[in-house]
Amino acid sequence: MEKQHYEQIDETIYMERLSNGLNVYVLPKADHNKTFSIFTTDYGSIDQTFTPINSDQMLQVPDGIAHFLEHKLFEEEDGSDAFDMFSKRGAQTNAFTSFTRTAYLFSGTSEVEANVETLLDFVQSPYFTEETVENEKGIIGQEINMYNDDADWRLFFGLISALYKNNPVRIDIAGTVQSIDDITKDMLYTCYQTFYHPSNMVLFVVGPVDPEETIQLVKANQEQKSFPEADTLARTYGAEPQESFEREKKIEMNVQTPKCLLGYKEPNEQYPLPGLAYELGVQLLLDVMFGLGSSTYEKLYKEGVIDNSFSADFTMERSFGFSAIGGDTKDPDRLVSLLNETVDAYQQQGLGEEEVRLAKKRKIGTFLKQLNSPEFIATQFTRYEMNGDTLFEVVPTLEKMTIGDLENILNRHFRPERSSVVKVEGDGS
Amino acid sequence: MAEEEQFNAGGLRVHWQPSDTFKTTTIVLHVKAPLEAETAASRSLLAQVLQAGTEELPSRRKIRYFLDDLYGATFYADVGKKGENHVLTFVMEVASEKYLQNESPLLPKALAFLLSVIQKPNRSEKGFPETIIQEEKQVLMQRIRNIVDEKTRYANIRMLEEMCAEEPFGVHPFGTAEELEALTNQELQETFERMIRNDQFDLFVTGPGTKEEITDAIHSAGENVGSGKTVASTATMHDAPAQVNEVVEKQSIQQAKLHLGFRVPYTVGSREYTGVLVTNGILGAYPHSKLFVNVREKESLAYYAASRYEPYKGIVFAMAGIAPDQYEKAARIMQEQLEAMKRGDITEEELTTTKQMLKNQILEQVDSARGAIEMNYQNVLSGANRTVDDRLREIEAVDMDTVISIAKAIQLDTVYLLTAEEGTA
Repeated sequence: MEKQHYEQIDETIYMERLSNGLNVYVLPKADHNKTFSIFTTDYGSIDQTFTPINSDQMLQVPDGIAHFLEHKLFEEEDGSDAFDMFSKRGAQTNAFTSFTRTAYLFSGTSEVEANVETLLDFVQSPYFTEETVENEKGIIGQEINMYNDDADWRLFFGLISALYKNNPVRIDIAGTVQSIDDITKDMLYTCYQTFYHPSNMVLFVVGPVDPEETIQLVKANQEQKSFPEADTLARTYGAEPQESFEREKKIEMNVQTPKCLLGYKEPNEQYPLPGLAYELGVQLLLDVMFGLGSSTYEKLYKEGVIDNSFSADFTMERSFGFSAIGGDTKDPDRLVSLLNETVDAYQQQGLGEEEVRLAKKRKIGTFLKQLNSPEFIATQFTRYEMNGDTLFEVVPTLEKMTIGDLENILNRHFRPERSSVVKVEGDGS
Repeated sequence: MAEEEQFNAGGLRVHWQPSDTFKTTTIVLHVKAPLEAETAASRSLLAQVLQAGTEELPSRRKIRYFLDDLYGATFYADVGKKGENHVLTFVMEVASEKYLQNESPLLPKALAFLLSVIQKPNRSEKGFPETIIQEEKQVLMQRIRNIVDEKTRYANIRMLEEMCAEEPFGVHPFGTAEELEALTNQELQETFERMIRNDQFDLFVTGPGTKEEITDAIHSAGENVGSGKTVASTATMHDAPAQVNEVVEKQSIQQAKLHLGFRVPYTVGSREYTGVLVTNGILGAYPHSKLFVNVREKESLAYYAASRYEPYKGIVFAMAGIAPDQYEKAARIMQEQLEAMKRGDITEEELTTTKQMLKNQILEQVDSARGAIEMNYQNVLSGANRTVDDRLREIEAVDMDTVISIAKAIQLDTVYLLTAEEGTA
């Protein structure tokens, strides 16, 4: 067991890599009631074309299969489901699928050891039949339709599918009602066996627990199970052009207020800074240019072009990265032209010391707020770990960031040929 | 977390709860008045205008600069309803200097600012600045218009409007667009004066600071506000109508939203309160609950199927997102779940699992500052002063007979369906 103490934020983390390859992390929080634990595999919606375990032939599976698999893992062979086992101990369980990861979690205030074991066991004992797979199609179909009526979700996916031509990030995480209809139990087993190998997974436990005992518990649990040798895993995402796929796109649906996003796609080449620094750098820049304290925000707000739904975010994961700026607006064209003018002005004039100093301060304070949440720590630590970074390096990385670093990013990321504008507008109904 | 210490500073009731669990201090100021159609719009606009500037920091941008310099402290105001109370809420969260290099305490500055929002707002003899009123009206107007764009939320608001058309609870806390449009600076001023004079102010502070750090700012602010009296807050109680009220509304959407509104004659101050929590838990609050199991797992009709208890008013509502052509089947299955409970068709396991889930939720709630504050404010509003231990004990004491008798008291009032127009599904 290794141990790392982070002085500035006063947190200690314990970790061990087990012989089957599973990475286990424990963060003790003695003064909490709740234990939160998340078991994550490095496998998400974009992983559709890959070499299955023990094969060197590429296989392509239907859209939405990683998410479908997430739903099905809760079911047990004896007809019970994992929800029941956690509920009896008063614990809540859930799962989510992102572009690059699938995660299973619980939170509870008693019988922590039993809950950790249940989490490991239900994820590591897949059981599906043709019948249960068919039954799930109705439930997921309603989940998909719920998102189809959600204008913010449609806007967000509208942007990604305008930016990307080939990368499967452009496909909705849950797939479509048609695509999930093609999913069979055998395909689910193939994906499971390929991506749910312990060496492709991370377990994180945070709460009033003893690190040594927790790691021993996980070790004992894993030693009772047998896994095949880890195989090299090849995945492909298609060749993605540098420029955006569609510069402009309009989606008609039943909304009162239009919605609009401007986005920029990252080019597929080496990032000029290490991953964590690059991601934080783009976020800082977005905050300087469009954050609540920026003159652009003030101007748009005073004109009534934006409201508090306005945001500017950057996401960077395995094989893709993009920013998204916008929200509800009565005047999408005015919004886009002011956003573009702001980018141009900054590219010409550079950044000011004071605004960068404040943006860093704000980001550090926000980060400390987030550390109050065990869910945030566990989920984000895992995410950073899978990207080869460390969550607790955020503050020192921010402190080290220079104006020069930010100006490099400014000139590289914000390029018109890599941008898209997407609007959701009323269909008159 | 230590127990809360309560003291009065003029008209301000202060609830101080020190805690080293958090890396930030959370400050919440709740300002309560009765919920009324006549005042909702002006009070919600007031919340918007007050957060847009103070005497010292007269614009959103100046406030933002101040907050950024306090390590990105969070500040916002909002308005909501707690039963038939209209509550303005001002929230601040500020980092503890313990985790920052060479910083003096940030809490006194944060607290002084938050209190200046109501104590020293940006206004002259002519009232609030006209430009700010216009800007904030626009923003609030947009928020009101946007309600319809979020379908689940919209369906729930519409169900309550229909169900409580004759009661204050049917009023949306933002007020209506027409009322908002018509508001004058003069009226806004009067609303502000009335608030300071009549409303009930409760200030909650929890985090790693010390009592000395908050005392000065609090004492000067307390002299300004109200009488410190509590504002009466008994919900109006109504029986379900003899004939269930059915409302169908159509829009161009793919998934229908089915919302059922039930009357329950018990609120947060009642002896039966905890019993209702358990009853609602068995019906639809959890994945083992009857609605989830029967509507989603068995029939595959929905992705979500759940119920919620509104404890300040005495309403239980159930909801599910379904295919439009499954309306009758889904509505029937949902109602059958409550009927089953009335007949006593509840297993021991459903009861014990629900109790476990509820106890767990309470213990988890106090792990967060906002959760702990929310629980304390419930004590203020209900007068029932339940500690965490009381709550756990009360849950443990709920038995099968109590659940059945509470289920029998739950009556269906309104069925609301938001569904697809023909040809759009």
